[in-house]
Amino acid sequence: MERSLLARQPSVLIFIGLLAVFTIVITILSEGFGLGIVSTSFIKILGKTLCLCLIAIAMDLVWGYCGILSLGHFAFFGLGGYMIGMWLMYERTKDIVIASLSSGELPATPEEIREGIGTQIFGVVGGAEIPMVWYFADSLFAQLALVVLVPGLLALVFGWLAFRSRVTGVYLSILTQAMTLALSLYLFQNDSGLRGNNGLSGLQNIPGLTEVPQSVVSVWFFLASAFALGLGYLVAAWVVSGKFGNVIRAIRDDEARIRFMGYPVEAYKLVVFTLTAVIAAIAGALYYPQAGIINPAEIAPIASIYLAVWVAIGGRGRLYGAVIGAALVSLLSSWFTGGQAPSIPLGFYTVNWVDWWQVLLGLGFVLVTLFAPKGIGGLFDKLVRKDAAS
Amino acid sequence: MLRIILFVFAALTAFAPAKAQDADLNALLETYRANIEKPSRTTIGPVLEDLVDSQLPAVPVFLEKWREKEVWQRESDGRFFFVEDATDGKVMLIDVDSGAEAGLADKNDLDNLKPNSGVRGVIAGALVQFQLSDPDPERRLQALTALERDPEASHLSILRGAIESESDPAIKARKERLQRLLTIQFGSDQANRVAAIESFAGDPGVDARAALNPLLATRVEVFDAVPEGLNVARLLTPGSDIEPQSAYQMLVDAGKARPVVPMADRKQALIDNIENGMVAGTPVAELVTQAARDRAYLALAADGSVPPLVTPDEQRSAVANHVFAEIYAEKDPVLTTAARETLANISGTVGLYQFVDLALDGLSLASIYFLAAIGLAITFGVMGVINMAHGEFIMIGAYTGYVVQQFIPNYTVSIIVALPLAFTVAFLAGVALERLVIRYLAHRPLETLLATFGISIALQQIAKNIFGTQARPLTSPSWLDGAWVLNDVVSISYIRIAIFVLALAFLGLLLFILNRTRLGLEVRAVTQNPRMASSMGINPDRINMLTFGLGSGIAGIAGVAIGLFAKVTSELGSGYIVQSFMTVVVGGVGNIWGTLAGAGMIGSLQKVIEFFNPSNTLAAQTYMIIFIIIFIQFRPKGIIALKGRAAGD
Repeated sequence: MERSLLARQPSVLIFIGLLAVFTIVITILSEGFGLGIVSTSFIKILGKTLCLCLIAIAMDLVWGYCGILSLGHFAFFGLGGYMIGMWLMYERTKDIVIASLSSGELPATPEEIREGIGTQIFGVVGGAEIPMVWYFADSLFAQLALVVLVPGLLALVFGWLAFRSRVTGVYLSILTQAMTLALSLYLFQNDSGLRGNNGLSGLQNIPGLTEVPQSVVSVWFFLASAFALGLGYLVAAWVVSGKFGNVIRAIRDDEARIRFMGYPVEAYKLVVFTLTAVIAAIAGALYYPQAGIINPAEIAPIASIYLAVWVAIGGRGRLYGAVIGAALVSLLSSWFTGGQAPSIPLGFYTVNWVDWWQVLLGLGFVLVTLFAPKGIGGLFDKLVRKDAAS
Repeated sequence: MLRIILFVFAALTAFAPAKAQDADLNALLETYRANIEKPSRTTIGPVLEDLVDSQLPAVPVFLEKWREKEVWQRESDGRFFFVEDATDGKVMLIDVDSGAEAGLADKNDLDNLKPNSGVRGVIAGALVQFQLSDPDPERRLQALTALERDPEASHLSILRGAIESESDPAIKARKERLQRLLTIQFGSDQANRVAAIESFAGDPGVDARAALNPLLATRVEVFDAVPEGLNVARLLTPGSDIEPQSAYQMLVDAGKARPVVPMADRKQALIDNIENGMVAGTPVAELVTQAARDRAYLALAADGSVPPLVTPDEQRSAVANHVFAEIYAEKDPVLTTAARETLANISGTVGLYQFVDLALDGLSLASIYFLAAIGLAITFGVMGVINMAHGEFIMIGAYTGYVVQQFIPNYTVSIIVALPLAFTVAFLAGVALERLVIRYLAHRPLETLLATFGISIALQQIAKNIFGTQARPLTSPSWLDGAWVLNDVVSISYIRIAIFVLALAFLGLLLFILNRTRLGLEVRAVTQNPRMASSMGINPDRINMLTFGLGSGIAGIAGVAIGLFAKVTSELGSGYIVQSFMTVVVGGVGNIWGTLAGAGMIGSLQKVIEFFNPSNTLAAQTYMIIFIIIFIQFRPKGIIALKGRAAGD
């Protein structure tokens, strides 16, 4: 008897309902479409947080459900951002170059436009040639395809190499960490073709929509992020609820037994790893146009470890746990490190949260792992069970 | 040359200079008083020549004092003196010739001679020959160093004269070497020069290469036919040896071809010829491609209103009809051949030494990685947990060293105190971490990894809050400054040797502890099979705690070692943590030899990649990590994998 997805995953309905209400309320309160109570910059923070929630769902899928502690998923997130960033930057620069050349006495040739774009974009790294990796940068559809293809292919190749040689556990974690470190170091070079440590900037300006104010654009991206998150949640819930979900959970709990039962463990892992990489890449492609800038520091290993921290605090093995963890910790982080949290004067010493937030986060994280291994999501479970018992 | 000038000068002044052994320096100086009072670079030469030729014993001292601006002239009679401070604001005059006191004088009656820097340089040159045979070996060495830095043709004969009388064999060898170098550069006789060139075969010194390379300096020239009578290095084929564009540009520069009209000029010509929105009959709006612009330009050129285009075919045939060659500036082919062969020989030797140097560099990096990773490897082997806070234990060690230096100013003592103290502090921190956190996460390695990461960010931030974000110095004792230099290619700093020794000592110590003590036996037992070990009466909790402490303590020691050559910051440890992980993963778990092999491989690999791509250390790290990911494919359990039941899982 196959029950419907919603019956197997009751949280989906609640989550999507809450997300819809939240999105509508924020849109009504926004500057672009409504009352103007919520500022544009805060809309951007919320939109970015939704993207982080989406990658947290991917992380939960790969770690919480399949038991692969990947410390490299931010590499896919960043690559997604780079892919969309290339189109945003190229097209916008092209508009600017064409506008400035059109004041000349002769109409501009394609060669002159290319040269102008090259100088504009790569002047900072001492070049004017447009590298080969930018071949498709003038086509939105090609770059959108690359958002999925490049990180997906990287995950496929890396995962195939790692899983087929039975690298598991902490070994795999370290290997994924090495992967993201290698990628970030590679991108830091000026001759990587992606502007070295300058990264791509000006991504908040959408080519062709220069006259649309940022307050409106930010709401569009907020809505798109919310839609992507809802869709991602639905896909993840669907993946984990069927037979496939049972197999990957079983791989998490006892990989050897599943292998002996005849399941192609490596193939399952590879599918999950690649799927989550693609979800992460989509999250990144929505995140960086809101952030406005992307550089290789974004995909340093520490970012991916923080991702694991969010999921662990939120409660892994529960999709809503990942969302709660990512939203809570990243919002708290930006509140504390943004200097908005009030300092605590102790007389002999003033606790300045900009300095002490990391300590609190680190120790709090240790406490969560020690005393609440199921995270915040675990508390929800207890409440729900209490209701059911009474 | 100087002699000729001197002769002319002497003839002009019609004044035969006193040139005998018995002449007085004062008399000689009197002859040239005007030149000495107001010296210039050009006129001072003959004076110095004559002073030196006089062989007077007081000349070197006089020249030196003159250069040091310590010669004074009495206004009343123009005589030169040295001075010494005396009482009553007066100065004691010293005779330049005899060095005897020559009475008191008022300072106002004296003029100080202050030759300018150009003149002082000429004086220093004249002093060289005295210094080269100075009784004090230290001064002879100084003179040699000055010669090496700024050699001149005139020095060659002086140097040759000073070799015979040299008594110190080391200095003599150096003089002979310098003489050969100068012969290459300034020698007059072809056979001598070739012999000098060939004598440097296999010599890795930078000075030898610096002397040989100018002989092989070339310039590219263009000829109508294969050149004769010139020392041709090689003929250049356009397209492979020389870019066709630059070859054509050379033809243009030599007046053998018409200049190409640059793109910008062509565009400007089009703009200048716009008439009623048309260029040569083409509407401006249609000039949207380069091809259309070229057509318009050709139309203009046909009228003769702009210079004609040079077609690619014309360029190609012009380049093909000429010969491009690299010509040696040195005209003698015998010399250039000898220099080329000797340099080829040298580069073989240099390659060999570079390999040795690379091996030493790799070894020193490997010993650092070994120190940083061995603690991680032990805890991973025994407990199966990865300690992400390991880097912070390295940092704790480095900061301990820094704090110790704040209290003990003597660097040698402070290092001796800091090493055990860093071990103790890190050991205690490790034990505390094990007892408070890791023990409760037994058999959950991934959660341990994350919990220790939480500790890691907390510790890093605490260190930042205490010590600030700026780098703190951990100064090494002065006897560790400098480097052991074998030759110009191979050298290694003493600090790195010390770290190598330290790593060796800890390798020995750990091997001893693990193989020869009760604790080691129990550690090995727990590594191989914890449950069996505990059923044999070993307390695994105690062993876990002690191993964790030991691993952390060694990280503390590594911190002091790393702090000696890197700045101590709160990020010190995290910079090494990924490399340490790699070392453990590549080497294999639970085995000291495995860690050693891993450290050796990663260290040498990194140095080799950096050697091939020295400008780009980022790329080097990228390639190394990719290499490791591929390596893991073939040996997933590391270089030295535990076998049988010990392999666990």
